[in-house]
Amino acid sequence: MKLIVENLGLSRAGQTIVSGISFELEAGQALIVTGENGSGKSTTLRGIAGLHPLSEGSVQLLDETGKGFEGSTKEYCHYLGHQNGMKPALSVRENLEFWQKFCGEPDLTIEEALDEVDLSHTIDLPFSYLSAGMKRRVSIARLLVSDRPVWIVDEPTAGLDAQSVRLFTGLCKAFCQGGGILIAATHLPLGLETEKTLEIGA
Amino acid sequence: MFALLKREISLSVRAGGGALTGVLFFLAVVSVFPFAVGPDTKLLSHLAPAILWIGALLASLLGLDRLFAQEREDGSLDILVMQPHPLPLTIFVKACAHWLMTGLPLVMATPLFGIMLNLSPLGIGATMITLLAGTPAISFIGVVGAAVSVKLPRGGMLISILVLPLVIPILIFGVAAITGALEDPAPFTAPFLFVCAITLFTSVLGPLAASIMLRHSAD
Repeated sequence: MKLIVENLGLSRAGQTIVSGISFELEAGQALIVTGENGSGKSTTLRGIAGLHPLSEGSVQLLDETGKGFEGSTKEYCHYLGHQNGMKPALSVRENLEFWQKFCGEPDLTIEEALDEVDLSHTIDLPFSYLSAGMKRRVSIARLLVSDRPVWIVDEPTAGLDAQSVRLFTGLCKAFCQGGGILIAATHLPLGLETEKTLEIGA
Repeated sequence: MFALLKREISLSVRAGGGALTGVLFFLAVVSVFPFAVGPDTKLLSHLAPAILWIGALLASLLGLDRLFAQEREDGSLDILVMQPHPLPLTIFVKACAHWLMTGLPLVMATPLFGIMLNLSPLGIGATMITLLAGTPAISFIGVVGAAVSVKLPRGGMLISILVLPLVIPILIFGVAAITGALEDPAPFTAPFLFVCAITLFTSVLGPLAASIMLRHSAD
């Protein structure tokens, strides 16, 4: 599996945000996107995830034989943006169960995924009862409940304590070792061996 | 998709979901009319179908502004549109859930409110049937308005202005069908079939139009 981004350009309201971004990622590789605040990291990630129209260039996901996947690339991606995508009125279990059923391809069970982020005790609490860091960890658990070959995560460690950051780094390592492609916008290195970096606005 | 329906329904019955606001608003509109019209029960029963339909129409518009705006605020919208499911189908299910939680309770409450307006049993039956056939169309048209105003912080008023002209035909045919059932020369079947046709038509066109809007509103 291979993710090829060629000459990616994105604009908002006629103004170019980023342009000329090209990279290739093989299965098991990770890309760390860095750059100053406002340099266009989030927009780039949204563009790759198919959530922002590309003004130029292309994003392609190819399988081992070099053929494209069926459907659009975004269907094979997990996207974790600045917001957590969880409903405060529902419990942690209900939130994760919904995303697992809606996204399909179930991987870990809800209990296992919460165990991975060390939050098994919150399973029946309403999502609104959790602290900001715990909410972030629940939304990281969402990446684990259904299986997608590409993770696109935007500031995934915002609000996490040191222990949880280590936990998340471990999850990313395991994901890459399992043949996943990871694209992360973050200011701290994840410490993966197969890590590439892309600096935006340099 | 069933998971989405279940989530929408449990969200609307939870705290802050506002499942009963539609019925309460309906009650408020309907109960104010007798005070304004005066103690003339004949006039009241003559106006009742129109009052019930206007009340139901306005009550169905409630909650539409939160339909996609809330999803966008908490980041769920991005994940919803990224899935392999066809987006119009996702929106169709959300519209159905909206109808189940606002439109259907209105139909159920109609007998009670019909009595308050001195409507005959036949009239109550006719109102229920036309509302049952017509209110889904309001939700299906409403999702288009909700998708247009998804980025606006106070989209509710805009949705009402966008949606009301489009739902006028349903109002006209709905009230005409009830009049047809109550008064002899006027036909019931023809306007009622029009209501059904509009609902079927919008059930396809509404989600399709809304999905195009949502795709283009990505920032």
